[in-house]
Amino acid sequence: MTTGLLLVQILNGLQFGILLFLVAAGLTLVFGVMDFINLAHGVQYMLGAYLAVTFVALTGSFVLGLVLALAAALVFGLALEFLVFRHLYERDHLDQVLATFGLILLLNQGVKIIWGAAPLSVPVPEFLSGNVALLDGILYPTYRFALIGAGLAVGLLLWFVVDRTRTGMLLRAGASNAPMVSALGVDIRKLFMIVFAFGTMLAGFAGAMAAPILSVEPGMGDTVLILAFVVIVIGGIGSIRGAFVAALIVGLVDTLGRSFMNDLLRLFMSAPSARATGAALSSMLIYLLMAVVLFLRPEGLLPSRGRT
Amino acid sequence: MKQPVLTLESVRKSFGALKVTDDVSLSVAPGELHALIGPNGAGKTTLVHQISGMLKPDSGAIRFRGEDISALTPEKRARRGLARTFQITSTIASLSVLENVALGVQAKVAHPLSLFRNAARDAALNRPALAALEAVGLADRAEVPAGRLSHGEKRALELAMALALEPAAILLDEPLAGVGREEGERLIELLSSLKGRYAMLLVEHDMAAVFALADKVSVLVYGRVIASGEPAAVRADPAVREAYLGEEG
Amino acid sequence: MSTAPALAETVAAPAPRRRGRLLLPILLFGLLALAPLAVSLGMPSGWLALLTRAMIFAIAALSLDLILGVGGLVSFGHAAFLGIGAYVTGIMITEGQAEALLILPVVLGICALFAAITGAICLRTRGVTFIMITLAFGQMVYFLAQALSAYGGDDGLTLYAKSTIAGLDLFSTRTGFFYCVLAALAGCYALVRILVASRFGRILRAARENPVRVSVTGFDVTRIRLVAYVISGMVAGIAGFFLANHTDFVSPAFMSWQRSGELIFMAVLGGVGSLHGAIIGAIAYLIAEDGLSHLTEHWRVIFGPLIILFVLFTRGGIVGMLRKLGGGGGA
Repeated sequence: MTTGLLLVQILNGLQFGILLFLVAAGLTLVFGVMDFINLAHGVQYMLGAYLAVTFVALTGSFVLGLVLALAAALVFGLALEFLVFRHLYERDHLDQVLATFGLILLLNQGVKIIWGAAPLSVPVPEFLSGNVALLDGILYPTYRFALIGAGLAVGLLLWFVVDRTRTGMLLRAGASNAPMVSALGVDIRKLFMIVFAFGTMLAGFAGAMAAPILSVEPGMGDTVLILAFVVIVIGGIGSIRGAFVAALIVGLVDTLGRSFMNDLLRLFMSAPSARATGAALSSMLIYLLMAVVLFLRPEGLLPSRGRT
Repeated sequence: MKQPVLTLESVRKSFGALKVTDDVSLSVAPGELHALIGPNGAGKTTLVHQISGMLKPDSGAIRFRGEDISALTPEKRARRGLARTFQITSTIASLSVLENVALGVQAKVAHPLSLFRNAARDAALNRPALAALEAVGLADRAEVPAGRLSHGEKRALELAMALALEPAAILLDEPLAGVGREEGERLIELLSSLKGRYAMLLVEHDMAAVFALADKVSVLVYGRVIASGEPAAVRADPAVREAYLGEEG
Repeated sequence: MSTAPALAETVAAPAPRRRGRLLLPILLFGLLALAPLAVSLGMPSGWLALLTRAMIFAIAALSLDLILGVGGLVSFGHAAFLGIGAYVTGIMITEGQAEALLILPVVLGICALFAAITGAICLRTRGVTFIMITLAFGQMVYFLAQALSAYGGDDGLTLYAKSTIAGLDLFSTRTGFFYCVLAALAGCYALVRILVASRFGRILRAARENPVRVSVTGFDVTRIRLVAYVISGMVAGIAGFFLANHTDFVSPAFMSWQRSGELIFMAVLGGVGSLHGAIIGAIAYLIAEDGLSHLTEHWRVIFGPLIILFVLFTRGGIVGMLRKLGGGGGA
């Protein structure tokens, strides 16, 4: 284990964490403000990636393709809100779980019909295709740096919107006390739609940004969705700051666990059993982390204020 | 002077900067009905929540039959004989009236959580439950789902559920709220029939009822007890008149 | 301070109370018992395998109904117990131990242990968080199975023997296996029904609607729910045991989170909280899946919207509809 390798893995972990944050941020707001469990958030991430595939190929430009993909993801998300989600806000969690589960089945399969089951990819844009030299002459792809940067920028923007604007103030108030916000005369329906559109855009953005470095395939959203759940539970429901911190922790723990667990276990046991145990343990690591956090703090690390 | 059943010693609770319970001390003697009155937002329900264990006080002690119960969970307090009713009626709507009361009986019998013994045909549960229903005049409604009762009947049911616990003390959080006149009079009659048998802490807005029933009255304003004593003395207290009673006319 | 129960009252179905309620389950089990006869009279024999599979899932859906419908806890990780049961069975058979009387206690023990540990953590939370955590723990077991390279890892594990019961080779014929599963289903159904009607069950039902009331009446709601969670996990483990013997194969896919979602749908489809509704729901689900998948490989495109429409427009599931048809005896 060299410092160079460690550095690369830390960067990978950060980049993974940033991606999780983008997905989890929208989701945690939807949970917190609307008390609505949206399992279909993951397929919206997947859709962002697929739309990026199509629009980048169509326009030949990554940036233009990204913008169009985002717009299309937003339109699609709003259509879903209008057709399905809006009728579920007043329902209990069980109904929400089931209906959005049905949506996942439909969209995962629909994507297969339209784009095929084989993994697709988006070429890394020309201007970001190089590498950056780290110490020891180790190279790290520029695009991944760009992704980390873009994620941080979005995080900053989110912080600004939620912490410094009137809409953000309503969001925070709504996350802790929705009836009070509606008593203030705010159109709660409109607020929900804004939150929802926001979340959809973020998930779509994450999917589109991930498209050049991950394989784009049906079901890719499901894994991310469950990881985003873990992030939200660790961070505290409805808390953007919590989601940010937890996403980075989960990204780092998962990435570093997968890379170094074997080496670590080799200190205590023989190579084959270290390999077997390492594989099992590293795949369970973040769930164990979640269990420990919940055991110590059932509300998560940084719960949004006002929720009890 | 008999040993009090329930004693609060300098109980304090804040939500952020708001002091909802500010150094409250009071006690309820065996068989005594102690009324707690005060304007809306005075912190009466919050105090009842702290006594029943649904909220934890920031500091101070709550003693029940000589034991400090401040750190116990609500279920442990209930098992020690501290029963309560809720401001917003709280029953199990889909269970029958009898089954609701039988829940309380169940807490007191041997093997309360038996996995296999059928509960519906269990005389050990049903007989005491029926007795409690008779005490509150609901025996003829035993088979009706609790959700179908009238508001006043639900209040009486809650009282029966509390009695089923064979409590040493009962906390009554506005038992007359939202009840019509006729049903209200029946409930007052019922409460006065229970007087002397249980220590009761009664939170109530209906002043006529309070002064008809109470042995002792405490006045809570902004989380502080501003007066406490015999009903007549409290009624005459100028501070109380200014803070509270005057507005009621 | 939220006093809201995990589920709204619409989901609530009171426990079986009147004798008339026995009619539907008796009819159901009677029909199932006659199914092999129908096959010998000319029904396609594939039906028996499908029904067997449906009954296995019915055991799992029934166990889920105990915590979901009766207890009001939306557990989204229930397939994990099905998977644990199947894997323990698969691993023991692979290691040369096919005797059910030895396998089942191990299955029950491990499921109980897993349920006790994860349940103790999950039940510290409620609502949306509970759903997410149960899902996450289910996923953890899924990845653990994927990492079990000694037992097939991602590809799964093929079994070359079936279980015996007290040395008897009851599972080797299709009809024999069918009746064993039917007996297990009937046993589990009777067990859960007795539990629901018991003192314990009454508190569990009451806590679904009003946990605060139950706790000020002197009961530790979390502990009661944990007991239900453990029992539910154990019963689902039994379904896993049969599933492994049915397919002669176990794989991580047995406990994918989609499977957990399907189990929820089965319980809701039949009519949540009614117990036999879970059985009807499982059978209806598997028959629909079978039919649709013969129609097109993209059957999920049809099935997904059906689920959405079902949620948006029906209440009370199949049992609810039957009750309405039967003259609306009502709850």
